[in-house]
Amino acid sequence: MSKFTLKINGATQSVDVEDDTPLLWVLRDHLNLVGTKFSCGIAQCGACTVHVNGTATFSCVTPISSVGNAEVTTIEGLSKEGDHPVQKAWEEVDVAQCGYCQSGQIMTAAAFLEQNPSPTLEEIDNAMNRNICRCGTYHKIREAVAVAAKSN
Amino acid sequence: MKTQTGTSRRDFLKIAGTTAGGLVIGFNWFSCDSPKMEVLSIEQVLAQAKSFNSFLSISPTGDVVIYSPNPELGQNIKTSFPMVVAEELEADWEKVRVVQANLDSAKYERQLTGGSGAMPHSWERLRKAGATAKFLLVAAAVQTWKVPATEISVSKGMISHEGSGKKGHFGEFVAVATTLKAPEEVTLKDKKDFTIIGTPVKNVDAKDMYTGKPMYGLDFQREGMYYAMIQRAPFGMKLGSVDDSAARSVAGVTNVVTFGSSVAVVGTSTWPLMKAKKLLKVNYEPDGVVESTTDHDRLFTELMAKGKAEVKRKDGDVAAAFKSAAKIVTAEYQCPFLAHSPMEPENFFAHVQGDKVELVGPTQTPDRARQETAKLLGIPPENVSVAITRLGGGFGRRLRADYVVEAVEVSRAIQAPVKVTWSREDELTGGAYRPAVRYRFEAALDATGTLVGYKLRGVGMNAGNTTRESNFPSGAVDHVLIESIEYSSSITTNAWRAPITNFLAYAEQSFLDEVALAAGKDPVAFRLELLQRAKSNPVGEIGYDVDRMIGVVKTAAEKSNWGKNPSLKQGFSVYFSHKSYVAQVADIEVQGGVPTLKKITAVTDCGLVVNPTGANHQVRGGIVDGMGHAMYTNLTFEAGVPKQRNFDTYRLIRLKEVPEIETHFVDSGFDPTGLGEPALPPTGGAIANAIFAATGRRLRSQPFIEQKEFSDIQLQIKRA
Ligand code: FES
Ligand code: FES
Repeated sequence: MSKFTLKINGATQSVDVEDDTPLLWVLRDHLNLVGTKFSCGIAQCGACTVHVNGTATFSCVTPISSVGNAEVTTIEGLSKEGDHPVQKAWEEVDVAQCGYCQSGQIMTAAAFLEQNPSPTLEEIDNAMNRNICRCGTYHKIREAVAVAAKSN
Repeated sequence: MKTQTGTSRRDFLKIAGTTAGGLVIGFNWFSCDSPKMEVLSIEQVLAQAKSFNSFLSISPTGDVVIYSPNPELGQNIKTSFPMVVAEELEADWEKVRVVQANLDSAKYERQLTGGSGAMPHSWERLRKAGATAKFLLVAAAVQTWKVPATEISVSKGMISHEGSGKKGHFGEFVAVATTLKAPEEVTLKDKKDFTIIGTPVKNVDAKDMYTGKPMYGLDFQREGMYYAMIQRAPFGMKLGSVDDSAARSVAGVTNVVTFGSSVAVVGTSTWPLMKAKKLLKVNYEPDGVVESTTDHDRLFTELMAKGKAEVKRKDGDVAAAFKSAAKIVTAEYQCPFLAHSPMEPENFFAHVQGDKVELVGPTQTPDRARQETAKLLGIPPENVSVAITRLGGGFGRRLRADYVVEAVEVSRAIQAPVKVTWSREDELTGGAYRPAVRYRFEAALDATGTLVGYKLRGVGMNAGNTTRESNFPSGAVDHVLIESIEYSSSITTNAWRAPITNFLAYAEQSFLDEVALAAGKDPVAFRLELLQRAKSNPVGEIGYDVDRMIGVVKTAAEKSNWGKNPSLKQGFSVYFSHKSYVAQVADIEVQGGVPTLKKITAVTDCGLVVNPTGANHQVRGGIVDGMGHAMYTNLTFEAGVPKQRNFDTYRLIRLKEVPEIETHFVDSGFDPTGLGEPALPPTGGAIANAIFAATGRRLRSQPFIEQKEFSDIQLQIKRA
């Protein structure tokens, strides 16, 4: 066990875990930030997406020992009031079915739009292709990212 | 933070703001339960557990809360049900809230989300509940204002009397309304006066989902709770010996327990368990037949040739029809097993304490969870409480209680509260799959190209009846023989979104395309000709409404410009399932020899559309699901273990692989019917038929990408 001090959603948090513990499980089991979801555990589905220094990252394959001083943002910290442009677009377009994949989708979209504020439709497709939605809400995801891009 | 789970009645009253008085009406969601509705006091809500499973409450501030017993897994009933109540109540939608009920009464036996049955079951009841509450509020206004009921109007949560200019919100009348008796009969609104039903209403849980609130089973945590993961035996095997010494040495692992053929690693968080599970050394012994996909292929061939079949339908004289046929068409179609793969893997919390059990988690069948738990422990079912969380998808997997009972086993063994989590590998290898099926179709055409004989023989691996014998084209053909053969496999199967029809529709609609071609007829004209026959002079009993099917066929042909655009290669498919009718057309454009799938047009007749937003979602989602599994997904077995163990090899459809989907709804004037499933079955056939039209390649097995006929087709998929 080692002690890690992390910067998560603007606050400093300490945990005592094994070095190889993925960030995902630190968030979920140790810090009670369960908005970040587990689904595949092998960097295939994007349900566990968080921002590490602003970059969309699969937290299921990110060992805690590699996080260091980086700023980690989870869905809980994306905005104070749940009113990040991407969250608002998701509400406006009414994207979710079961909703389980959506926090990961939102985190992927938010990081992408930060880097590319006015994407083409094709760029949106390329960016969002890394997240799986088993309910098949893909059309709405496309639409919501485009709406968020416009509102930026 | 507490995970949102179902709510007890006491908490419901608090949330409803009715503890200090308010109107509460008890009723039953499901049409099979008692139709009575009653005004209840607070004490009665708590005490009358046996009489009602649902409540509609209006607080003195005018807030409306509906206490719903149906689990939400993404089909949006948590939004569409209250829309129906609010419509008849004339409530202000902004003031309506829905609370998910816990399993706390004997009346929840039918609490179940599956089979697209939720809305059709509850439609009338929900309307009556709303109308009853409105009746009582109006009666209270009549008493208070001393004016005749006919002069009172209700709109958006306000009651008004035009003559006197008097006006008040619902809350102002609840005190008087509570003293009244619910009427036996109420008048329901004319459908044309609906103001909420038929309008797009957004998901009521949206905000919580988009801010990461704990709502799903996997999010549930309890002080002092342990975590567990389970190593399960391959199909057809049982536990031999276990060496758990390496697993036990992982920091964070507190225990390893065995029950049946399962080995559970227990600890204080999830990650150590994932590591420890890999370190278990488990030997298994055969326990029955250990099967591989090659065995299944051989069995399909053997059983198709000479298996003992159950005759499901026999019309006319098939042998004679085939003997005198001008042309015979024969083809076989096959599909693999499939996992349900909801994004939220199976999980459940259990706490066994003496002869009492507390369960929390995602289930579509809380009562089954309760019964199986009670049976396992030999305790009365009343001793088991079940709180339901939101479900991260289901697709049929959460109709089973296997993963609930496992959690109970572990909690009993360690005598502590525990949450069992499945990894994705566990989910894909742990069973209860869509069964693998093979079909053989034979069609006899006479000299004019009329279908006079039709044979269907299905072989299924634990599939039950592989056919739908009273579905189209039954009724449209003089001589029909439909048979089903069951093979009892060691691989467990379960309902999977649109059971049986998820593949049967594809096979049948592709085959009918082959027959139309052989008859030299346009696929749509050919189907309409058959439907006309079924309408004017049906053969035997049929389970579908011919006019409604003709309706979607014609509308789909019209909306897709069927056959009108020479540059498009189109594929047609139509299917009736879960009481709804869906026709689909896939458009492929070929340029420079490269086919591009551009669009799928879907026309649905699901009766009245309650929430267009939800309806669109369900149809598109069903099509994406149907397309994804037809094109990409395979599950094969080697010695009782699936070879595809995670999403790297178990390929699910992704965003770039979905074409434009255009949806239309036919207003047939019928009450709402199922919508969670019926859009899926026709999709594979529409795409396969379009691929045939574009390339001349007939795809008779799924997934397409693994068929040799498809190997050199570089199918592109283009968004709008
Ligand atoms: S859970 Fe991390 S990518 Fe799937
Ligand atoms: S909304 Fe259910 S997995 Fe995406």
